[in-house]
Amino acid sequence: MRHTKLSFFALAAATAVVLTGCAGSTDPATEDSISTPEPAPSFAEGSTMAALADAGTITIGTKFDQPLFGLLGPDNVPVGFDIEIGKIIASSLGIPEDKIEWKEAVSANREPFIQNGEVDLVVATYTINDKRKEVVSFAGPYYMAGQSILVKADNDDIKTEDDLVGQPVCSVTGSTPAAKLAEIGAQPLLTDTYTNCLEPLRSGQVVAVSTDNVILAGLAAQNEGEFKVVGKPFTDEPYGIGLALDDTEFRDYINDVLEKSYEDGSYQEAWDSTAGQVLEFVDPPAVDRY
Amino acid sequence: MNAIIENLPRFLDGFGMTLLLLVVSGTGALVLGTVVAAMRIAPVPSLNGFAAFYTETLRNTPLTLVLFFCAIILPYLGSTLPYLACAIIGLTLYTSPFVAEALRSGINGVPVGQAEAARSLGLGFRQSVTLIIFPQAFRMVIPPLINVLIALTKNTSVAGGFFVVELFTVAKELSNANGNAVIAILLAIAAFYLVVTIPLGILSGRLERRLVVQR
Repeated sequence: MRHTKLSFFALAAATAVVLTGCAGSTDPATEDSISTPEPAPSFAEGSTMAALADAGTITIGTKFDQPLFGLLGPDNVPVGFDIEIGKIIASSLGIPEDKIEWKEAVSANREPFIQNGEVDLVVATYTINDKRKEVVSFAGPYYMAGQSILVKADNDDIKTEDDLVGQPVCSVTGSTPAAKLAEIGAQPLLTDTYTNCLEPLRSGQVVAVSTDNVILAGLAAQNEGEFKVVGKPFTDEPYGIGLALDDTEFRDYINDVLEKSYEDGSYQEAWDSTAGQVLEFVDPPAVDRY
Repeated sequence: MNAIIENLPRFLDGFGMTLLLLVVSGTGALVLGTVVAAMRIAPVPSLNGFAAFYTETLRNTPLTLVLFFCAIILPYLGSTLPYLACAIIGLTLYTSPFVAEALRSGINGVPVGQAEAARSLGLGFRQSVTLIIFPQAFRMVIPPLINVLIALTKNTSVAGGFFVVELFTVAKELSNANGNAVIAILLAIAAFYLVVTIPLGILSGRLERRLVVQR
């Protein structure tokens, strides 16, 4: 009795580990595109750029649980498109990638992190919106995502967001997509990480998972053949780079760096080595110098 | 402040759910914990063994895993319980051994003479437990029991990770929707928890003064 019960719990524990832990199964490009930092450029006295370049280090907040964009690998180094964008900005300041300090920024702490100077930048699938603009500044957008729908591969009933009305749909607590689901009349079921949404989808407790298309693509890629992304994105989620409010100089500088990366191919390279393994390349949106 | 006032209905939704989880799981855990404590002192070795095993297993499993089991593994095995029921079951199971252990320490504090006197009056095991030992044990363990309930209040937030919309879920939702007032929202959420836990502490002190066993 004791033995079977124990092994039952061991099984449950093992399942938990498997479900939450195998987020690295799509092996992102391991051959790091070692960006050789240019010799430290000179910046205007007293600017944030000068301070960072002098310090030779930068702290960037990012997601650690989003496949393709920012996912902590088994060696404790985050990988993904957001990470590569962070590296591009750092190297323009003459900071090599091993001198970047990555901090996990969950959705709720992104603004406080920027406001109290805990991080210099936030690159974390961070949707630009007006309320956030009141407390932080945004460079970019550097990518235009949109909310989409993930269903089981054999489900042909759900094609657009209209098919979700009145149906249980899983999303993540405190995310823009979750609010949108309530708005269109679906029944949102909320959990704290996207991977937790997959079990209810498998067991039929929810009919779909809905969030930004890039995240869904990552989930579908990790579980090949089991799920599919359907429909066209029905919202616009411009991802921006968060930084201290009113540091316009730094914001303009990052916008310049982004524009330069669009031209010299480093943006496309960053995409191809990460999210591009699953998703089509789309031309980056124009930066918004508001 | 505006963000808090505007979203007060949402806060209250979350608060209501947190209270529901607390009251139902708390009651369940008190009942279940009492039964387990009785099993541990029963003159039946198999019951003692089972109660000890139950206590050790649940007390030493992280709550997240217990709830994970209820919300994710059970549906896998064919259960169709709603997630709220899963969360209540998980919280009840997880909290009951703490109640049982608190009670057991109270039982150990009841002088052996009390049990012997009950037996010599001809009371059976059930009568001596329900009439003599437990009433005295309960009075002695009010502070630790209230501690368990305070811990449970905070533990209900873990259910927010498993498809139950309570205070913690609301906190995340609102801080995402109001990037300009994150700190204020988190402070408001903390205040809601204090609204429950501080009165519990005061209640503990009062009950203790009223019910303390005079010796």
